[in-house]
Amino acid sequence: MSIEVTGVSKRFGDFVALEDVSVSIPSGQLTALLGPSGGGKSTLLRIIAGLEWADAGTIGIEGLDATALPARKRGVGFVFQHYAAFKHLSVRRNVAFGLEIRKRPKDEIRRRVDELLALVHLEQFADRLPAQLSGGQRQRMALARALAVEPKVLLLDEPFGALDAKVRKELREWLRRLHDEVHVTTVFVTHDQEEALEVADEIVVINEGRVEQIGSPDQLYDSPANDFVMRFLGPVTQLGSELVRPHDVALAPGADDPDAVAGRVARVVRVGFEVRVEVSTGEQVVLATMTRTEFFRLGVDVGATVSVRVVPGAPVVPVLGSPVRSALEVPAR
Amino acid sequence: MASRRPRTRGRGRWVARAVVTAYLVLLVAWPLWLVAQHTFDGGLENLRGILDDPDVAHALRLTVGVAIVSVVLNTVFGVGISLLIVRYRFPGRRLLNALLDVPLSVSPIVVGLALVLVYGGRSGWFGPGLEDAGLQVIFATPGIVLATTFVALPLVIREVVPVLEEIGTEQEQAAQSLGATAGQTFRRITLPAIKWGVTYGVVLSLARSLGEFGAVKVVSGNVLGQTRTATLVVEEKYLNFDQGGAYATAFLLALVAVACIVVVSIIRPKEEPR
Repeated sequence: MSIEVTGVSKRFGDFVALEDVSVSIPSGQLTALLGPSGGGKSTLLRIIAGLEWADAGTIGIEGLDATALPARKRGVGFVFQHYAAFKHLSVRRNVAFGLEIRKRPKDEIRRRVDELLALVHLEQFADRLPAQLSGGQRQRMALARALAVEPKVLLLDEPFGALDAKVRKELREWLRRLHDEVHVTTVFVTHDQEEALEVADEIVVINEGRVEQIGSPDQLYDSPANDFVMRFLGPVTQLGSELVRPHDVALAPGADDPDAVAGRVARVVRVGFEVRVEVSTGEQVVLATMTRTEFFRLGVDVGATVSVRVVPGAPVVPVLGSPVRSALEVPAR
Repeated sequence: MASRRPRTRGRGRWVARAVVTAYLVLLVAWPLWLVAQHTFDGGLENLRGILDDPDVAHALRLTVGVAIVSVVLNTVFGVGISLLIVRYRFPGRRLLNALLDVPLSVSPIVVGLALVLVYGGRSGWFGPGLEDAGLQVIFATPGIVLATTFVALPLVIREVVPVLEEIGTEQEQAAQSLGATAGQTFRRITLPAIKWGVTYGVVLSLARSLGEFGAVKVVSGNVLGQTRTATLVVEEKYLNFDQGGAYATAFLLALVAVACIVVVSIIRPKEEPR
């Protein structure tokens, strides 16, 4: 294990940011800390980096107890949401910063910086100031700067949060490819479940200062530990007292199936290739999503009687606490 | 909106400009211009007169020396105090913040009297002790430095604090995670970022220190050729009907202050790399 977090708690005044959190993060992988804003995931990342101090608990990095080490001795590369570019230094000097601090020979610094600038595709911007770069370029520079000192672990705090949607998508694909090249243990914080599912090898879901579940994207999606994880990772709808994904809800014409719940089609919405069918079962409105082809094969329309059931083998989670507010729950983003 | 403004507000804008210009001319530019005019009434006679006077030359040297020492003190402590106020939360921080405005709000003459009470050679709190140790503060150069430093104290801080608040702590944290010590972070990251705030603070402090009169008058003793500073020379000459000398000295004082501000506005980059 590369990062070992044991029993970490942190309070800000009355606010409990983290409560007895223990996580093991494996070496060489890309791990996402996923959760809603204010859930404690950034605080955990900053505690690992030594930028914040835990009230209790220990942090181990590559087998070394780092709990009392200052940030500069932890061998951690940190990338901030708002880049934290050194505004008075050129791109080249930004990337070289950690090496200059370590007093490496000049030609070694130049060689290493050139390599890194090539890695992040910023060779032609070496002599510009950060203010002359776009957001995406600044973040790539920040990444090169963090990688320059060959950190044991790379920590990214909402690295794409300040970028627009298109650049964000490009950069996260690029981060995945970069990680496949560089293989440094990487942890990134995100509140975007799509980003986590797409990029990460392993996801740690954090909510209200606690770890809800740890697992691969497939594990989390297919067997969520509780209704929070289920809701957070994708759209859900409620059938009876169970949460289920709308694409795992099967409809059949007529009310013949004794194992299914009978209902009436209340609404049909077509969005591109997807069709959303809302079925009223009397006390509930259940949402089913399907492709256009499936919908035409079903051959029903508003007012028709259908039987509703969950596709066999699909993940379901019993509803605890608050009931589903509406037919469709868009995951918090 | 931008295209409509000149048409509808055009006249109002010109009136506003005229009022501001007239105000500044009547209050600042014209009086200063008259000082310059009186200085050069008889060609270079007045200037030559004061520069040839060894007592005036001594006073000018004293003023410049005192100003430099107090600017250095105020810069070092000013940057330190600014970091303390912005970067740390501690009990009494707001009180300290309020206290820093006292030198600007209290009359300099009060500052002078207060310093005499503390450092006065006969009856001050530490005065006699310091005097026994061979250091005379009041009626000597250290007292002038103290008074000047006191009145110019908040100027660097008030320039640096907003800049520090604006740059935030992320760059400093990034430097630390890259292996920089606190000292390296300050030299390589913080100081370059607050450079222009410090420069402005230094210029304002310098101008204020050169021109301090009230506090210095109380603590210096105004001994000719020893503790008489340039501003005291101006008063002395003016009261003795040596108006030419008074205007010439005043002109030199104003010239240095204006030159500082002009130099800074020239070397300051037009678009700040913030």
